[in-house]
Amino acid sequence: MIRAESVRIALSGILHNRLRSALTMLGMLIGVGSVIMLVAVGTGSSRAVQKTIEGLGTNLLQISPQGGAFRAFGGGGGGGRATLGTLSRGASLTAADVTALRDKAQNPDVVAVAPVTNASVTAVYQGASYTPASFVGTTPEYQQIKDYQLAEGSFFTAVDVAQHNRVAVIGETVASNLFGVADPIGNNVQFNGSNFQIVGLLKQKGTNGAQDQDDVVMAPLTAVQDTLTGYGSYQNVDVEAASPSKESDAESEVTATLETTHKIAAGGTDDFRILNQASLLQSSQSSNKVFTTLLGAVAAISLLVGGIGVMNIMLVTVTERTREIGIRKAIGAKRSDIMGQFVVEAVLLSAIGGLIGVAVGLVGSHFTVVGIQPEVADYSVFLAFGVAVVTGLFFGLYPASRAARLLPIEALRYE
Amino acid sequence: MTTDQPVIRLWELTKTYGEGEAAVQALRGVTLSVYSGDYVAIMGASGSGKSTLMSILGCLDVQTTGRYLLDGIDVEMLYEDELSEIRNRKIGFVFQSFNLLPGSTALQNVELPLTYAKVRSHERRTRALSALQAVGLDKRASHRPAMMSGGERQRVAVARAIAVNPSLILADEPTGNLDSVATADVLGIFAELNRQGRTIVLITHEGDVAQHAKRVVRVRDGRLVEDTRLAPIDGPPPMPGLAGHDLASAR
Repeated sequence: MIRAESVRIALSGILHNRLRSALTMLGMLIGVGSVIMLVAVGTGSSRAVQKTIEGLGTNLLQISPQGGAFRAFGGGGGGGRATLGTLSRGASLTAADVTALRDKAQNPDVVAVAPVTNASVTAVYQGASYTPASFVGTTPEYQQIKDYQLAEGSFFTAVDVAQHNRVAVIGETVASNLFGVADPIGNNVQFNGSNFQIVGLLKQKGTNGAQDQDDVVMAPLTAVQDTLTGYGSYQNVDVEAASPSKESDAESEVTATLETTHKIAAGGTDDFRILNQASLLQSSQSSNKVFTTLLGAVAAISLLVGGIGVMNIMLVTVTERTREIGIRKAIGAKRSDIMGQFVVEAVLLSAIGGLIGVAVGLVGSHFTVVGIQPEVADYSVFLAFGVAVVTGLFFGLYPASRAARLLPIEALRYE
Repeated sequence: MTTDQPVIRLWELTKTYGEGEAAVQALRGVTLSVYSGDYVAIMGASGSGKSTLMSILGCLDVQTTGRYLLDGIDVEMLYEDELSEIRNRKIGFVFQSFNLLPGSTALQNVELPLTYAKVRSHERRTRALSALQAVGLDKRASHRPAMMSGGERQRVAVARAIAVNPSLILADEPTGNLDSVATADVLGIFAELNRQGRTIVLITHEGDVAQHAKRVVRVRDGRLVEDTRLAPIDGPPPMPGLAGHDLASAR
C-alpha cells in the first residue's frame, strides 16, 4: 500500500520536470543501448569468424612454399601471395611432393591431398565478361577437402585430369555474372582466351566473413597448366586430416614427408610452411572475444556516466524540493518515507531510461555495422538493464539519504 | 471537555541558539499549560521568541532546557522518527504560507498526513473528503493549490490539519497572508472547530486576530509577560467584530 504510494509520488516527481527527467533518462538510454549494440556487433563478428572455420573445413592443412627466413603472410584461403618471393630461391611444391604425401604408409592420418595452382583470369561468355575472385587448377580431391557440394552437373574427375580435359566447375556468383538466369551446364566459357566447358555448378556456400565462397572457378590441374599457368610448381598443396583430433598428427607426418622430399636435414630450416586453418581462426576468434569485451567495457563506462547523471539530477531535485521535504516531514513523514520516495524516483528514472535503451539497442542491432551483422546476445540485454537499475539505486541512495536527513524546521524555512 | 491532563505542559522552557559569544537566548524560561478544548492565542512582536515557541510546541525543534509534555509525552526523549509520528498523530499544522504541495490536488494534500499514518486508501479518501467538507471545500477537492485563492488554500491547509484528528491544532500566523474577508473566513472555521471541542494554539502578532481566542498569552524577550482569559474553556469562543470589514477598519 505504502509502496504503491511512493511509486505514485515518485512518478509525479518525474513528470514534474519532464525535460530534465527526459535528459537524465537519455543518459541511461545511451548507456544501455550501446552496451546491447556493441556487444551484438562483437558477437556478430565472432559468429562470422566461426562460419569461416566451418566453411573451410576444420581438417584442412594448407602447405605453401617458403624460402629460408622469408616469412610471408599467407592467411585466408588463397595462399598465392606466399609464393611470390620464394620461387626464385628454389623452394617449391612439386608433383613429387604430392605423390609422397599421398603415400598412405608414410602419412596414415592424411585422407586427401590436392595440389593447387592459382591463376588470375577473365572469363568471357557471349559478350559477358567477368573476373572471378579465385581460379583454381586442382584435382578432384579438392572438392572433398573444401567441402563443396554440387547444385547441378558433376565435379570434374580424375579421368579429366589425366586426359587434360578442358572442363570447369563454377560457383553461383560466377554463374549469375556470366549466364544470368540461363543454365550454364554444357556451355563453353573462355578463360583468358581458352575454351572450357562448364560441367558443374556448385551449391551456394555464401560468404565466410572474409570472402565470397561462391566467386570461384575450378578446373583440372593439367588443363590449367596447359593453357594458363605453365608447368611450374604448385602454389599450395591442400591436405585433409582424417579428423580434427588427428590434425596435429597429420601435420607432423606431412612435415616429415616434405623434409624428406626436400632433403632438409634434421634441425634445418623448412622451405615450406603449414597453415593449420582451424587453429589460426581459433586464435582470431579469441582476439574477437577480447574485442567484444573491450566494446562492452567502453559501453559500460557510458552506463556509469549515465548513473552519475542520475545522481546529479537527484541532488538538484533534492535541493529544489527542500521545502516539499520539510512539509512532508512536518506532517509526519519519517526518514524512511523520504528515503523511499527519492530512491524509487532514481530507480524509476534509470529503469525507464534503461527500458527505452533496450528497445533502441534491439532495433539498432538490426542494422549492419561496418559490414558486420550484429547478433544480440541475450545476456547483454539482461545485464545492461540490470546494471542500469542497480546504478540508479546506487547513485540514488546518496541524494535520497541527504533528503531524509534534512531537519524539518530548516527545510520549512528554505526558500 | 476539560480533562485533568493538559494537552500542553511547559516547565521553565529555554532555548539557546548558537554557542559562546554568539549565543542567542530565544526563550528564557516559559511555563505554560494548555488544557483540552482551549483556544489560546500567543502574541508577540517579531523577535519575541514566539516562533521558537511554536517550533518547540510543534515538535519541529527541541528545547535547550526545561520540560515539554505533549499529551503527557516527554518529547525531549524521542528520536527523530518518533517525533515525526508525534507530529503526524498529535499535531495539525496551519502555516502562514499554507505549505501545500503545489503538484497535488486539494484532496491529495489533505490525504497526505493520513498516508503517513498508514491509513488504507479507501478510508483515507473518505476522511479527507469529510475534512474538506468541514472547511466547505468538498466541491473543489480535485483542484490544485495554484487554481485557488489564498483563503481557499488556507482552508485546505486547515482540512489537512484536522484530517488525522489531532489533539492540537497549531496555527502559525494563519491569517498573515490573507485579506480581511479570507481572514474572517478562516477565523470563523477555527471558532467552529473549537466549538466542536478541538484545542487550538494560534500564534499571531495581530491584536484583532488574538481577540478571537479564549485566552491570550503575550511573549516578550523570551518570557511570558501577560496571560489574559477572554472566555471560559467550557463556553464558546468570543466572536468580536464579526464581519471582515470591521476587522479591516479596526487595523
